[in-house]
Amino acid sequence: MTMDNNVVQNTPKSTGPKFDWSLVARNGGAIALLVILLFNVLVTPNFLHPQTLFVNISQVATIAIVAVGMTLVIATGGIDLSVGAIMALSGALAPLIFTSPFAEANPELGLALSIIVPIVVALACGVFNGALVSLLNVQPIVATLIFFISGRGIALVLTNGNLQTFTNPAFSYLGTGKILGFPFQGYLVLIIAVCVWWVMAYTVFGRQLLAVGGNERAAELSGVPVKRVKIGAYVICAGLSGLAGLIVVAINSASDAARIGNLMELDAIAAAVVGGTLLQGGKAPIFGAILGAVIIQLVKYTLLANGVADEVALIAKAGIIVLAVYVQQARKE
Amino acid sequence: MPLRHHIMKGDEGMQHLIEMSGIKKSFAGVVALQNANLHIAPGEVHAIIGQNGAGKSTLIKILTGVYRRDAGEVTINGTPSTVSAPREAQDAGIATIYQELSLVPLRSVTENVMMGYEPRTRFGMIDWKAAHKRTREILDRFGINIDVKAQLGSFSTAIQQLVAIARAVSLNAQLVIMDEATSSLDDQEIEILFSVVRELKKEGVAVLYISHFLDELYQICDRVTIMRDGQTVGQHVIAETTKLGLISEMLGRDPEEIEAAGMTGLGGGEKATPGAPLFEAEHISTARGLKDVSLTVRKGEIVGLGGLLGSGRTETARALFGLDGLKSGHINSHGGAGQIGTPAEAIAAGVGFLTEDRKREGIVPHMTVRENMTLALLPKLKKMGRVDRKRETDLVERFITSLGIKTSGMEQPIRELSGGNQQKVLLARWLALEPEVLILDEPTRGVDVGAKFEIQSIIREYVDRGLGVLLISSEFEELVEGADRIVVLRDGASITELQNPGVTEESLIAAIAHHHAEAAA
Repeated sequence: MTMDNNVVQNTPKSTGPKFDWSLVARNGGAIALLVILLFNVLVTPNFLHPQTLFVNISQVATIAIVAVGMTLVIATGGIDLSVGAIMALSGALAPLIFTSPFAEANPELGLALSIIVPIVVALACGVFNGALVSLLNVQPIVATLIFFISGRGIALVLTNGNLQTFTNPAFSYLGTGKILGFPFQGYLVLIIAVCVWWVMAYTVFGRQLLAVGGNERAAELSGVPVKRVKIGAYVICAGLSGLAGLIVVAINSASDAARIGNLMELDAIAAAVVGGTLLQGGKAPIFGAILGAVIIQLVKYTLLANGVADEVALIAKAGIIVLAVYVQQARKE
Repeated sequence: MPLRHHIMKGDEGMQHLIEMSGIKKSFAGVVALQNANLHIAPGEVHAIIGQNGAGKSTLIKILTGVYRRDAGEVTINGTPSTVSAPREAQDAGIATIYQELSLVPLRSVTENVMMGYEPRTRFGMIDWKAAHKRTREILDRFGINIDVKAQLGSFSTAIQQLVAIARAVSLNAQLVIMDEATSSLDDQEIEILFSVVRELKKEGVAVLYISHFLDELYQICDRVTIMRDGQTVGQHVIAETTKLGLISEMLGRDPEEIEAAGMTGLGGGEKATPGAPLFEAEHISTARGLKDVSLTVRKGEIVGLGGLLGSGRTETARALFGLDGLKSGHINSHGGAGQIGTPAEAIAAGVGFLTEDRKREGIVPHMTVRENMTLALLPKLKKMGRVDRKRETDLVERFITSLGIKTSGMEQPIRELSGGNQQKVLLARWLALEPEVLILDEPTRGVDVGAKFEIQSIIREYVDRGLGVLLISSEFEELVEGADRIVVLRDGASITELQNPGVTEESLIAAIAHHHAEAAA
């Protein structure tokens, strides 16, 4: 039995410099972003105009904020379908509060309440979602379906289905304010992303959240408060959704409960997946989710700016998700 | 035995069914196989043994097309193999029966056996009559007589495994690979499996048999291939070997050296007088089948839980760790005050629990060695709202060194480690908490001989320093040598207690059997 001869080279790895496909898989998101940017620079008129940047930042902000929350929920192995409805709920509440007689009499307090109350309501929705999932063991997709259906309904009932328009410069700052020339909500996204990233990377809660998603039984047996951690993820996600709802209303200076956050759950899930979140849980790439949101927004914008119909843009969005999932699969090997 | 004859004489001239030579494989720069060989003759039962991490599973996964080899040659029936996917291996006549079954428990036996190869009627529908008939014929060959229309999951693990084998053979397998096939079977079921293996052999089907239980190999195998550190270090006709010889070759150590050290690493702590009681269970019962268990664990002693499968050993551990609520009785923990109703409370009271099922209840596969090791300790590593990274890495570094964990670094994902090293990380997860009492459920199951000895020595070391251990083990040897006292369980109740020194395997078996006979009478 000779062992050393007849060594057959099975992979062509050693034949000079060769293009490494795994590099593409690992940096798929960044590469996709570059391609889209390059395409736009060459094709889309006025793409390099600052106005384009501002429009895109202000529109991507809501997707990005919700996607960060969604990433946490998915990292626990769950999913949250109620984000869009919770946006509608908080977006409907805010104008109701600051246009009330009480708030007209006390503008500062009214303004504060019109931000705090909707977010508190959103957080309460999150507690509800999380409690259903972790205490009653309802499947996440079913548990969050409850608010997906009823949340927007409640918002419509609160507003009698009316479009509420308003002029309140202080509140509108959330959506139209600028710092150093850049939209306020762009900074907000960055601050939120950095905070959540820090929490995931450095705190006990973050580590426990990933452990719960990675192997719930093992986490529980190691003394991780699984139920509390899961509720935490849903609460954070709902709170961020509430904030996103306020931003949408502030941008438009109008609140239409039927439209705020419509289909946001799909955008947020798509952004998380494009960003590299595993749907089975255990991974939470926060900046990946931001990148995913940016890609989805840019594709939408590219098609719109080049005269492609909205309906077709939806198909393109589906294409991106398929591609992202494909790259994820390839990366597993 | 015409076959045996064939094999011994025929290394030149005769054609092997499988021939793998000079196989090399590395993962991200870490060498898993450097010069592995495997030769399997048609119709032989061939064993492959080696410590965890020796490269057994990598070699097999290359054969079955799960991994691609970096170098080396594989031939099947003399022709170079082009297998690059599990499905292609199946087509080439290689079937794998995994430890965890890859069948569908909720569907009928027929559906499972016929899956993908269902007979059709003229109209393209599944011909159920023919399917049931053919399934019955296939199972009959192995003397399995079951209702083929019943759900597969309604049968025992052994039957399910046999169905998987039957399916494989019905697909004209020339080689059936059995990976730790007996680890979840009881003695009777193992006997059935062995008769099927002999049946396969009679029909000229080769079997590649992977097992940690050396005794089994002598019962059914013809030849054995031994691997160490990614290399094939020996290949013998098994009748010409001794158990000690195989172990020494696996470990790469002298037989005398091993014999002198004793068979387990737990022994040698019998001198100390038992310390203060740490943990007492009094007449506890749970909904999960515990009826009346009482036991005490004292400082610096190992208390063994003896009993047969289903006697309530794991259930006792679950109750003590707060996983199952008590119906009656109570638990006194002297480490910390307070009720134990959840794992978190048990941990707070100074109790740890190394579970039996490493994959499902132990590791978090995506996470690194560091993150897995400190999972239970995290709350204690908190400093100003965040995890104290410095303290964490120092601690992990220390345990990697002191427990001899083989890893490329603490940032390596734990799933890439071998079973024995994963087990050490999980052991460290508990030791890091500095518990008063540690419950160990089959701490050395599925772990190779070398790592087993090391894990046992580590446990002994901590016990000598005052740790109280409750040890569950199916290996009587481990219990008898390791435990200071053995609490014998039967049908969810503690029935007697044996005191070491003085316990022998015979007396333990007698204690279990005696009380069984009593129960039967």
